[in-house]
Amino acid sequence: MFDALTAATAVAALALAAWCGWAAHRDQPTKDWHFIGMAVVSLLALVQLVIGVVQLARGEKPEQGTTIFVAYLIGAFACIPAAGFMSLAERTRWGSVTVAAGGIVLAVLEVRLYDIWGG
Amino acid sequence: MTATEENPIAPRDGQDGPGAQGPAEPAAGPKRARLISGPGILLVWLYGVMVVGAVSRSAVQISTQFDKAPLAYSLSAVAGLVYGFITYSLVRGGETARRAALVCCAAELAGVLVVGTWTLAEPSAFPDATVWSDYGMGYLFIPVLLPLSAMYWLRKARTTAG
Repeated sequence: MFDALTAATAVAALALAAWCGWAAHRDQPTKDWHFIGMAVVSLLALVQLVIGVVQLARGEKPEQGTTIFVAYLIGAFACIPAAGFMSLAERTRWGSVTVAAGGIVLAVLEVRLYDIWGG
Repeated sequence: MTATEENPIAPRDGQDGPGAQGPAEPAAGPKRARLISGPGILLVWLYGVMVVGAVSRSAVQISTQFDKAPLAYSLSAVAGLVYGFITYSLVRGGETARRAALVCCAAELAGVLVVGTWTLAEPSAFPDATVWSDYGMGYLFIPVLLPLSAMYWLRKARTTAG
């Protein structure tokens, strides 16, 4: 369950990165549709955070330690919203590049989460 | 007294909002050059990620297993501090911050190169990895690419702010 969610979030994050990268390539700032995409990815990360905490509460132990697991869950959740707000402040192609970089960072975090959970 | 330009009437903290450019601001007060417009926003984002990564990593490692690799964990903490200062300087903007960030980026680059070489030449000194191990390979080489692009950006910012 948790591993499937991790994979789904990573794929969605990469798709968002490609989408915003495309916008940057066409010299466009992030638009409403991009923000809806960011909301979807953030929602996935939020669901992952909740399920991860529930798994912990049910007594399951991440392979590499609970502290690191929770830290990565929070980081994964905060990643896209932070990049989104920065793209609101920078209404040029560079805002799109920032969100694309955020998507890549989130994908990397998901790979690490997969290792930490011990899937 | 040289502090006439630094008087409390001039808003020091209100630079971020567009509303800070009121007519009450003395014309003599030079507007602080923004360093986070355009590509700068990407640099702030990546540096911010590195701050969170390096600081939280070293905090966990120092508090739970410091004896295992004290040198590596201390270096990660120092890296986190340097990243934090550069991020702050970029967000703050202005000529002084630009120079300070430039110096820190040079220090960061030197740190990455020295620590990267050190970890390859003498692995026994590092039982566990630092942020800068193997030139930042564990972080997609961002630690070595970031200071280069930041220094390029900061040098360019001077010519345009001129």
